[in-house]
Amino acid sequence: MKLDHATPDEVGLDYLEIRDLTVQFDGFTAVDAVDLTLIQGRVHFLIGPNGAGKTTLVDAVTGLVPATGQARYRNQNLLAMRSHRIVRAGIGRTFQTATVFEQLSVLQNLDIAGGVHRSPFALLRARRGVPSYVADALETVGLADLRDKPAGVLAHGQKQWLEIGMLLVQDAKVMLLDEPVAGMSAEEREETGALLQRIGKERTIVVIEHDMDFVRSFADVVTVLHAGKVLTEGTVAEIQASPEVQEIYLGRIVEGVVEEGADHA
Amino acid sequence: MRTAVRTFGPLVAIAALAVLLLVVAPAVLSPFRLNNLGKYCCWAIAAVGIGLAWGRGGMLVMGQGVFFGIGGYAMAMHLKLEAAGPEGVPDFMMLYGDGTMPVWWEPFRSGAFTLFAIVALPAVAAAILGYAIFKRRVKGAYFAILTQALAVVFATLLIATIQETGGFNGLNQFTFFFGYNLYDPVNKKMVYSIAAALLIGCLVVVWQLYRSRFGELLVATRDAEERVRFLGHDPANVKLAAFVIAAVMASIGGAMFAPIAGIISPSDVDATASIFLIAGVALGGRALLLGPALGALAVGYGRSSLSESFPDQWTYFLGALFIVVILLFPAGLGSAFGRAAALVPLPRRKETTS
Repeated sequence: MKLDHATPDEVGLDYLEIRDLTVQFDGFTAVDAVDLTLIQGRVHFLIGPNGAGKTTLVDAVTGLVPATGQARYRNQNLLAMRSHRIVRAGIGRTFQTATVFEQLSVLQNLDIAGGVHRSPFALLRARRGVPSYVADALETVGLADLRDKPAGVLAHGQKQWLEIGMLLVQDAKVMLLDEPVAGMSAEEREETGALLQRIGKERTIVVIEHDMDFVRSFADVVTVLHAGKVLTEGTVAEIQASPEVQEIYLGRIVEGVVEEGADHA
Repeated sequence: MRTAVRTFGPLVAIAALAVLLLVVAPAVLSPFRLNNLGKYCCWAIAAVGIGLAWGRGGMLVMGQGVFFGIGGYAMAMHLKLEAAGPEGVPDFMMLYGDGTMPVWWEPFRSGAFTLFAIVALPAVAAAILGYAIFKRRVKGAYFAILTQALAVVFATLLIATIQETGGFNGLNQFTFFFGYNLYDPVNKKMVYSIAAALLIGCLVVVWQLYRSRFGELLVATRDAEERVRFLGHDPANVKLAAFVIAAVMASIGGAMFAPIAGIISPSDVDATASIFLIAGVALGGRALLLGPALGALAVGYGRSSLSESFPDQWTYFLGALFIVVILLFPAGLGSAFGRAAALVPLPRRKETTS
């Protein structure tokens, strides 16, 4: 069931290693001694019932909630760093509700995300033209036609793509995406999945998701969380075959997987 | 073409203001009126900084009088020492004390040191203060109250230290401004021109800041501070930079105020004075480029002319004006001009889509 332990070559440079990560709120353990290795070049999915601790885990890794244990990335312990330092180290995230700057244009939203690459002095200059990394991101997320539109008028799905584009501009090596396809149409989900696979080759992509169809189509690795603990980890097929998962997450009926997916679509 | 208008339209407006203040005003106004306009320019310089901190940065700085005072008193100390002559001691120290001068007055004999202090003192003070405030994530009403309290403390301190700062009376009776006799009308005109030119200079500085990436980041911080964290910036640093620049501008305004008004006293820097500075900004339009400066000039003019006609009731007029403006144009009078508003987007109240 457990993944074979990857060799250093296979792991690549940009892997995130979480060991014994625990988050407690007033005595309630939201994340309980989680061990997780997130490897570059794979699209990881974190699934689990509501309250399993998926978002809290991501919050802990991005400095939003205090946690104990370790989250190592390139020899830095993320748990000891403040949010903006973690971002500068190459970890980016999105939120369940898209949080783009509504009054700024698509282009400005992408450009402002490039601030991490700029010196304070460069910030004092006005924007001239479109930096190549911004143009690339615009192209990759497919919003080139909308570059001058204010981000506030974008459709829900487009806002999520814009956020992913902003992570590309930030050059986030690890992307933690919190329910990126929630509320998207079937076609938009397809496009999002394809986008994730495209950009996932040289990155570590972690997706929190409920939609089982989406998980089935695009997951390389799935980790199932339950009550703050890692229940199991493996490929989609392995997860679906796991009696524990069926027992706890899927409510004993294997067909439940399909039905849940159908509900969301 | 449209981008050119967007970029350089504001510059043209600043240039027009420069012509008005530096060419037209000295030609048509009496020395008395021109001197008054000089005072308004000093308030406007502070207001430009408030526009940056409050309009663009979302920090309601209610205690800019403190920084106005730091600059004003630094300049006034130099002018007092200049009036007292080499080795001389300011007159009020003989009057209220034993005629010995505190050591910290001594460096202000040097004009160069004074100019340096006018920029460096508020910058250091604002940096220390801002660091403590913003890193602790103090914001909103708490920030406003804290800065307002500082203005009260500052004025109280000045009043309590009559032997060192002239107390309630402040510092006055300046005779020379860097070697120029202040009783000579030509020199008064020159001091006015310096103040007006500094105002234009500050406007050009904020014009560049607003169109820079820093300006975009500052607005982003104002509108979504937590989101900015996940762009890899510490919002505290972004706000700190704007706060420090605003403090330096207030200080420059105060420094020019002392020679033009001929006095700087606690009532020029206390909580009420700080609110007057804010009032001009609110009236003109805090997020606009020229709004704060024009608003401060208008409030200054209103103060003078209303107090001449209605010595007792003028504050009521001013109060009523504010109520009307804030009710009708919450973003300032400047926002009423669609064109100006189109040049500089204001925060939108409602989302266009959900």
